[in-house]
Amino acid sequence: MPQYTTFQPKPYRPRMSAYWYLDQWHYLRYALRESSSFFVAYFCVITLIQIATLKAGPTHYAHFQALMRCPVIIILNALALAFILLHAVTWFLLVPRVALRQVLNRPTPDLIASTPNFMVWFGATLIVALFILGVF
Amino acid sequence: MADTIILEVERFHPERDTEPSYQSFEVPLRADWMVLDALNFIKDQLDGSLAFRWSCRMGICGSCGMTINGVPKLTCETLLMDFAPGPVRVGPLDHFPVVKDLVVEMDDFMAKLQKVRPWIVRKDDFKPQREFIQTPAQLEAFHQFSLCINCTLCYAACPVSGLDSNFIGPAAIALAHRYNLDSRDQGQEDRLDIISQHEGIWDCTVVGECSTVCPKGVDPSLAIQQYKLTATKEWFKSFLLPRGKN
Repeated sequence: MPQYTTFQPKPYRPRMSAYWYLDQWHYLRYALRESSSFFVAYFCVITLIQIATLKAGPTHYAHFQALMRCPVIIILNALALAFILLHAVTWFLLVPRVALRQVLNRPTPDLIASTPNFMVWFGATLIVALFILGVF
Repeated sequence: MADTIILEVERFHPERDTEPSYQSFEVPLRADWMVLDALNFIKDQLDGSLAFRWSCRMGICGSCGMTINGVPKLTCETLLMDFAPGPVRVGPLDHFPVVKDLVVEMDDFMAKLQKVRPWIVRKDDFKPQREFIQTPAQLEAFHQFSLCINCTLCYAACPVSGLDSNFIGPAAIALAHRYNLDSRDQGQEDRLDIISQHEGIWDCTVVGECSTVCPKGVDPSLAIQQYKLTATKEWFKSFLLPRGKN
């Protein structure tokens, strides 16, 4: 019988923490970007409810407006707005970077690649703002 | 400024330990020292049992990738002085099994790399009699992806790689993309079958850290997103023209 034992390495297999996104700021930023989709869905539901109450008549719409004035809803909407801005900015920075490179076939700085998206966004915001202010 | 710095090095002995622990070493803090130099100082002067990989010392071989203060980096390109006054925490690359101390097992990565066929595939009976001439534009199309040195820092930075061990991963996809873009290659279709699976490009959620940590300026995230567009276009083509494929 040999007087030695063969080397039997047992590699250590690290497991990722359930809170891995708290380890570094860029992971947290990614987690926030992904979770912002929840608030996009929330605003879509609010808009659908608004349209439904508008269709149902003035009494229903007045109830909807009263609900929207509730402090809890205002805070929730403010939070949702912050997340939606984060969602829009991060995706506007990402999408054209890939799409433009696909067309131009060369590296394009993120900000230059994203500029058309931001311009369309600000243009649309301006039109909506002028509409609300009664310019049109 | 102090003339020494503390290095907290992750230690793991596969026959003794059940999990890694940190060991502190005091090393000289020299302006021209990289973290790799400090590790070599420990190995030569303080503890010869420390295990780590290194070779070229000039950011070419890609073997000295480690996690330095939580960020995957090549130790031969990371100045020790940047972490003064310390301490500097050095560990093995995340998301890989640890063989010993700072050495990780690369078998899974190698298998994935081979799977995507990162070489020029020819379907015809092409026997070149002279060099295959490419235009500067044809070279430019794949050049940045050909700079990958397989250091696997991108795997350590990618949380998807850590959460899903089946994910083919950034470097392998970037290298597959490099050959797809090469005008000499004819293996795009074969690679697409492998990479357009769920464990390929569709597992990527665009964290983007693979591109941030790459020491050679390769953008694997871009390769994956470009591949997604290609896969989508091919799917539409096969859906609309099912008999279009030969």
